[in-house]
Amino acid sequence: MNAVWSYLVAIAVWPGLLFAAPLGWLELWFMRKLVARLQGRQGPPFFQPFFDVMKLLGKETVIPRGVSRGIFLALPLVSVAAVTAALAIVPLPGNPVPSLPGDVVLLLYLMEVPVLCEVLAGYVSRSIYGQVAAMREAILSLAYNLPFLVAIIAMAQVAGSFQMRALQEVPYGLVHLLAAVTFLLALPARMKLNPFSIANAEHEIIADSHIEYSGPPLALFKLSHAIEVVLLTELFAVVFIPATPWPLVNLVVYLVAGILVLGGVTLLATTTARLRLTQAFRFYWVWGGLASAITMAATLVR
Amino acid sequence: MNLIERVIAISRRRSPWICRLNAGSCNGCDIEITPLLSPRYDAEQLGIELHGTPKHADIVLISGTLTLRSRQAILDIYDQVPNPKAVVALGSCPSSGNVFAGSPLVLSCSLDTVVPVDVWVPGCPPRPQAILDGIARAAKLLEDGATKSQLAKSRLAGSQPESRCGRPS
Ligand code: SF4
Repeated sequence: MNAVWSYLVAIAVWPGLLFAAPLGWLELWFMRKLVARLQGRQGPPFFQPFFDVMKLLGKETVIPRGVSRGIFLALPLVSVAAVTAALAIVPLPGNPVPSLPGDVVLLLYLMEVPVLCEVLAGYVSRSIYGQVAAMREAILSLAYNLPFLVAIIAMAQVAGSFQMRALQEVPYGLVHLLAAVTFLLALPARMKLNPFSIANAEHEIIADSHIEYSGPPLALFKLSHAIEVVLLTELFAVVFIPATPWPLVNLVVYLVAGILVLGGVTLLATTTARLRLTQAFRFYWVWGGLASAITMAATLVR
Repeated sequence: MNLIERVIAISRRRSPWICRLNAGSCNGCDIEITPLLSPRYDAEQLGIELHGTPKHADIVLISGTLTLRSRQAILDIYDQVPNPKAVVALGSCPSSGNVFAGSPLVLSCSLDTVVPVDVWVPGCPPRPQAILDGIARAAKLLEDGATKSQLAKSRLAGSQPESRCGRPS
């Protein structure tokens, strides 16, 4: 199999779209169901996220007056393409893509693209609510990216290489634990879950920055979010969960770990109320900064 | 109808997103919508989600007396909802003006003359069960392609009703 084919397979089938979309829907359903059960409700049926996306695909797209058609429709496509490409880099067992030197940097860059698309989507929509959401998202990304990036960079520092496979093969140690905690600190904000659901505060600013989107472009944004959830949980599992020599066992362990992490952040989301932007920013720069400093220090004294 | 169209039609029934529009309601009807999201009625079981923006909605719930000022707002917001869409009229007010009929600023006509209404949920205010039932019926109409706006589009029911009401003639 030559390189082009392996990239195509990785992006389209495994671990790309064909695998990530159903898994993302499963994980979204799991989160919604868990929230509902914790609130004493029955919760949505199993296929709900799938139905939501299919229904949106069958709806009309309303483009607000004065909005550039090209960028309005391109943003959701770019967002989906970027998260799918990012997932194709993650060395899940059986991933056909060869490991490249420096793919960690590429991965971190691709993971920023959906955030950027969301900020732009808010600004191009010409809706005041969308612009507020975009501003909140942009400021929040400055906050949560500190612990998020440090967690990954600390692992690269220990591995001595910016290569995903090398990160995976680091012998398990204290840095793993510290970096995992730092990563988990950033996770709720990256997933836009409750204490940090500031950019998609539906009670304050009606919706997130996709407020003016409808129909298929909105469906693509929902799909991009579903894949992003898979990407974040699997990235956590691949980097911080010790690997066994058996690929199949690894796969099961990674999936279970992903679901457990999701359960944890969902529990946090149901038991907390939304913070203000300044509070969230301060939280990440004080406590996230502290965790980052400790993690980096641990990589040095090791 | 091929497979994808069938799946999309089923999804329309299974995932009706609603948007609330208060056209001059006494707030009684709107308060009866809130329990739908509570553990007792739990509308999420039917896939119902409450959205703040008409751009994300499939079904618009219009409650309250129609007033001179809210008529244009109803038309604007109805136009912003992407097709296919359904309208559910909540309570007795949209159909008749209820106890406010005859007041100087109240349009003395039914909501049907402004936007095509698919399901009427009577009551003052209607019970949450009745509202859920109304939404479920509207979702079923969406699946069958039988809402008034869908029919008007496929030219089965002629053109949409001219909204004459409330215009100075
Ligand atoms: S129908 Fe009754 S409860 Fe509903 S808005 Fe009218 S007066 Fe209020």
